[in-house]
Amino acid sequence: MTALAPQDRPESRTSDSPSPAPPSAAPHERSSPLSRVGGYLGLLLVILVVALPLYWILISSLKERPDIYTVPVTWVPDPFTAANYSRVGTGVAFTDYLRNSIIITTVLTVVEVTLGVLSAFALAFLRFPGRSLVLLFVIASLMVPNQVTVISNYALVAQLGWRNTFAGIIVPLAGVAFGTFLLRNHFLSLPKEIIEAAEMDAAGPLKMLWRVVLPMSWPTLIAFVLITIVTEWNQYLWPLLMADDSSTAPLPVGLAQLQDTAGLTNWGPVMAGTVLTMLPILVIFLLLQRHMIKGLTAGAVKG
Amino acid sequence: MASVTFQEVTRSFAPGERPAVDRLDLEVQDGEFLVVVGPSGCGKSTSLRMLAGLEPVTSGRVLIDGVDVTGRRARDRDVAMVFQSYALYPNMTAGENMAFALKNLGVSKADISTRVAEAARVLQLEDLLDRKPAKMSGGQRQRVAMGRAIVRDPKVFCMDEPLSNLDAKLRVSTRAEIANLQKRLGTTTVYVTHDQTEAMTMGDRVAVLRAGQLQQIGSPTELYERPVNTFVAGFIGSPSINLIDSVPVRDGRAVLTDSLQIPVPGAAGRAADRVTVGIRPEGADVVGAGAGNPGDAGRLPVRVARVERLGSETFAFVDPVGLVAGSTGRADHLVFRLDKRLDVREGSELVLTVHSAEVLVFDAAGSALS
Ligand SMILES: Nc1ncnc2c1ncn2[C@@H]1O[C@H](COP(=O)(O)OP(=O)(O)OP(=O)(O)O)[C@@H](O)[C@H]1O
Ligand SMILES: [Mg+2]
Repeated sequence: MTALAPQDRPESRTSDSPSPAPPSAAPHERSSPLSRVGGYLGLLLVILVVALPLYWILISSLKERPDIYTVPVTWVPDPFTAANYSRVGTGVAFTDYLRNSIIITTVLTVVEVTLGVLSAFALAFLRFPGRSLVLLFVIASLMVPNQVTVISNYALVAQLGWRNTFAGIIVPLAGVAFGTFLLRNHFLSLPKEIIEAAEMDAAGPLKMLWRVVLPMSWPTLIAFVLITIVTEWNQYLWPLLMADDSSTAPLPVGLAQLQDTAGLTNWGPVMAGTVLTMLPILVIFLLLQRHMIKGLTAGAVKG
Repeated sequence: MASVTFQEVTRSFAPGERPAVDRLDLEVQDGEFLVVVGPSGCGKSTSLRMLAGLEPVTSGRVLIDGVDVTGRRARDRDVAMVFQSYALYPNMTAGENMAFALKNLGVSKADISTRVAEAARVLQLEDLLDRKPAKMSGGQRQRVAMGRAIVRDPKVFCMDEPLSNLDAKLRVSTRAEIANLQKRLGTTTVYVTHDQTEAMTMGDRVAVLRAGQLQQIGSPTELYERPVNTFVAGFIGSPSINLIDSVPVRDGRAVLTDSLQIPVPGAAGRAADRVTVGIRPEGADVVGAGAGNPGDAGRLPVRVARVERLGSETFAFVDPVGLVAGSTGRADHLVFRLDKRLDVREGSELVLTVHSAEVLVFDAAGSALS
């Protein structure tokens, strides 16, 4: 909003320059109508960019097949149909894929969050030789794109005979460089005195983590959990390479399969499958985001 | 109950730089309340943290009760710390904050609740035990932080400016409470502050640090009346002492003006060429307004530049008249404490009688002459 109306930023206004509104007006009332309209237009644009594709998915999943392709575009399905949703189940083993997704995402989230918290704690609070070297490795591994390691990982996992197993999908994905980095930085931002107070109060490392550090870190931790869940739920490339059928493949692979079986032009069932795939994540997000509150260190330190 | 000894304790943060604490030698008796003062950055906190085990020692030894604890972890030293920021655990109630250490140390549940209840009673925290720090006032948080230290019944209390976050009034009452509590518990206490009222009123002894080096340690009166150098003299006392540099010495007397000549103690002092003279703000009385008797010894004619009335007392910032050539006051003006009933105005002239016996004399390097 300020980018659209830079002349209106209060700090850029000097006392002798004429202001577009009476000086007595409250700060939020000062912006000119023009800049407000501009701001809302900007917001609208962002909403369109984000929400339109989602809306399109939703209505396409509720349309009959010929209606999806009509020109001009119809924005409300007419008639509404749930047929696409039932065709999702008949086209592919949807529940199998769903089960696989849940298994893979749950295991990966638990493993990554546990490893991330523990490694970040060690890197932030424990003194041991080679600490900065370890940190350097973690950061370096953040810079390597996943695709680079796909081939060597594939060779290794195939050699182990792990193709079409959950282990083959999960183990190579369980790296936590990002979580380690994020949580370590968060831990370092906690008030140092509280950690020292806990040290003086004879809290061992685990007690320190559970009773002192984590209670001040829930928002960051939950954000990390959410990011992990979404990332792992949407994993596509690696499971596609690892899994040949619905015995281990997760939903994104299943959706691609669905497109194959339903025919390349039959978008209805694919969109319905997509909606069904998104739903669990949406629910989890709504449940978790309520806990992402600020101010957990309130009252701990003054100044 | 324990004594604390610092033996040549040094802490350098970066090699080649001036150490934050430089060969500190300190002896705190069992049950003593030692206040450590000094300007910002002089190494007070660092010294305290070395005692607590939160900061490694570069060289030297820290002893508690005669036992070398230099290499020991904080938790194994049986020392409790009250932080300037209180550092309470935000997710725990006041009671849990106090019980945390005891739980970690494996104290039995029944024992914990009696000790917490006792501490809460002493600190008047009974009604707040179930409240979290976010819902407490600054003073209440401060008391919880104190409570967390006293429930442990440690060998030593370390307190790092525990009152600096309180407002002036609360600070005065809490100051007295802490001093009383320490007397009652009899726990050896090292208390860091830069507030010199706290230093004068709370401690059995006061240690003055400057740039990591111990300047002087002694009772508050000793420090006030017999400071070892101009730094200690200037640091202790508010408003601070009037220091006049490069005062010429003639016949064993420091000559400030024709009418004010201070006998210089010690043979070395009498032989010196120039000295620094220190006069406390309360070290002079007004003789009479206007021109006095310039002939009298111990009299200092001054012109008033500024007056500060605090209600109970008045401080006059004055310029001496006829100060001997070459000598200069260290501050812009000399400051004297006057009777509040006295009617002094800016620009008026006064003659002060200086109590020569209370005047301090330092050599050119700043060390006290005696
Ligand atoms: N972690 C650190 N790394 C490097 N230098 C430090 C560190 N901690 C303190 N110092 C330096 O050590 C010196 C002493 O610091 P210290 O905190 O002990 O001062 P202080 O006397 O407590 O001051 P204040 O009254 O402002 O709290 C300062 O010059 C400071 O810059
Ligand atoms: Mg300090």
